[in-house]
Amino acid sequence: MESTWFIIDSEWLAIGMFLGFFIFLMSGYPVAFSFAGTAIVFGFIGWLMDGFDPSRLLLLPNNWFGTMSNFTLLAIPFFIFLGSILEKSGLAEELLETIGIVLGSLRGGMALAVILVGTLLAATTGVVAATVIIMGMISLPVMLRYGYDKQFATGVIVASGTLAQLIPPSLVLLVLSDQIGVSVGDLFLGALIPGLMLSGFYIVYALVLAYFRPEIAPALPVADRHLTGMALVRKVIKAVVPPLILVLAVLGSIFFGFATPTEAGAVGAVGSCLLAALNRKLNWELIRSAGHATAVVSSVVMTILICSSFFSLVFDALGGKELITDMLVNLPGGKWAFLVVSNLVIFFLGVFLEFIEICFIAMPLLVPAAQLLGIDMVWFGVVMAVNLQTAFISPPVGFSLFYLQSVAPPEVSTKDIHQGALPFIAIQFLMLLIVIAFPQTVRWLVDMASPVAL
Amino acid sequence: MIILGANPVVIFKPTLLKPQYLRRMLDFSQRLDLLAEFNGWLSGWLVVLTIGVGFYNVVARYAGRFIGVQLSSNTLIELQWYLFSIMFLLGFPYILKHGANVRVDFLYANWNEQRKALIDLVGTLVFLIPFCVLGFFTSFNYVLQSWGRMPDGTWGAAELSLDAGGLPRAPIKTMLLVGFFLLLLQAISQAIKYLAVVKGYTQVSEQLLAEAENLPLE
Repeated sequence: MESTWFIIDSEWLAIGMFLGFFIFLMSGYPVAFSFAGTAIVFGFIGWLMDGFDPSRLLLLPNNWFGTMSNFTLLAIPFFIFLGSILEKSGLAEELLETIGIVLGSLRGGMALAVILVGTLLAATTGVVAATVIIMGMISLPVMLRYGYDKQFATGVIVASGTLAQLIPPSLVLLVLSDQIGVSVGDLFLGALIPGLMLSGFYIVYALVLAYFRPEIAPALPVADRHLTGMALVRKVIKAVVPPLILVLAVLGSIFFGFATPTEAGAVGAVGSCLLAALNRKLNWELIRSAGHATAVVSSVVMTILICSSFFSLVFDALGGKELITDMLVNLPGGKWAFLVVSNLVIFFLGVFLEFIEICFIAMPLLVPAAQLLGIDMVWFGVVMAVNLQTAFISPPVGFSLFYLQSVAPPEVSTKDIHQGALPFIAIQFLMLLIVIAFPQTVRWLVDMASPVAL
Repeated sequence: MIILGANPVVIFKPTLLKPQYLRRMLDFSQRLDLLAEFNGWLSGWLVVLTIGVGFYNVVARYAGRFIGVQLSSNTLIELQWYLFSIMFLLGFPYILKHGANVRVDFLYANWNEQRKALIDLVGTLVFLIPFCVLGFFTSFNYVLQSWGRMPDGTWGAAELSLDAGGLPRAPIKTMLLVGFFLLLLQAISQAIKYLAVVKGYTQVSEQLLAEAENLPLE
């Protein structure tokens, strides 16, 4: 046991490599090429010091080809395309406006509408940015006009928009499944209940707050409702039912084993075009721009994947991976100490890094130890995904915060948005504890589902 | 830390880089940019094609089972990830041109254009260009082998898919080389533009800003 704490020279280099990487990262140079550059610099030093055999680099093309031919990663463009179509065809706006009209006259009703729409969009797209931006543009001005508290309004929007990352299908879960080596279908199903519970907690929080402090989340005057009666009912059905069918089709086909997540993504992508067609929004320009956005986002993810596999090859060759695995496995306190440490690491990385960096930096280091400790990897993946939620809304660096900031009216300050997120970070933390304490929240649905019959 | 100083221009001696050379380099860079634009355009439509093939495969699997005819094939199943691979390999130069790569930018975002360009210039020269060259050369033999080159220098049969009716592997592996080469070209183009910005060409820095695509990553 003691010997594992003993470090020999090439392992020092591995530690240096890790620190060097963070320094390069802080310079603001793109993450992907910082990975590659660190690998080049430290591979070269290692070669000079006889700690790294450059012929190992010949393994790289095979790793890269493995990435290219990976069937799970193929789901990434499908789900991004699905989300882009829903965003660009205005379906999400329609949904938000409709539910806003229905719930607006309740105390805290607009907040409720934002959470519900955020949840529904999360289950269709996995696109945080679209959700946050749309809600920031449509709901935030309405909420502010009728006297909602700025911090509460912005907090609800960033937190609900971020649900897209936890509620399947989501990009985070796809990347995580690749990094931790579990089936993406299991991870999707495992994250569904925690995701819905989190959304439920937001609702409870919003309602309780609105009940005790009506001044921060007032009801909208009924007179401002344009639609009533049957017209309203018809609008609700038209706006809510089609996306709901899409959600059930995508998630249901995975759950009942009709399709792999990749196949479900392909069907969902075509389904989203059908929905756009039903609303007479489908045209070549829509498809072109969704295709373009998908190509860009997929390429961004794949660049990091290609470069990080180079990083991890060198890091591994220098003995870094073994060193960290040994350290994590031998922590006094075993499995629970490992869980505490890994969650703290993810949380603190989340304060200043984004999910994508965290997935590629921390996961390869945590996963071997988790496997050695006999931890259920699907559960571990969901725990990490819940924890990563905070990365999106924790100041100063959080995608959701940036997106909202980009569309928020000038009277909303950055400080409002940052402080507004804090109560929701606390709720996410509570959810994290629940998922850790009750693994059934993850396992129940996974164990019930049928495997895909190919 | 000298290079991070307030006036980064000093490290490039004016005598080494006459304005007319830089102009000529910028012309060259513009031509490379056109290529990246084309790749980006193609990449976007490959997404649509990939989805079409993916959707057909799912439908064919079920419809085929129902009517008892094999409608899909390993060719079509493999075609999906062939198209996806080509899509992102062509996307690399495009996203580089449009600055869509993810950065940790809480320091970077507050710097002026010249300092940003200096970081990017150094990074491109020290990290990205060597990476492209390394990627190209480590993959070179791998691809030759796939085309059937034996260790003794003779040529055998090119590599095929392991599944019956699958696609030949050599062309898609060659795309790896093409991808690294295109990324290298765009890296050179970017380096020229960053250099121009560092030298105080505000037009170029405005162009970089106008082209920036901060697309939603989620």
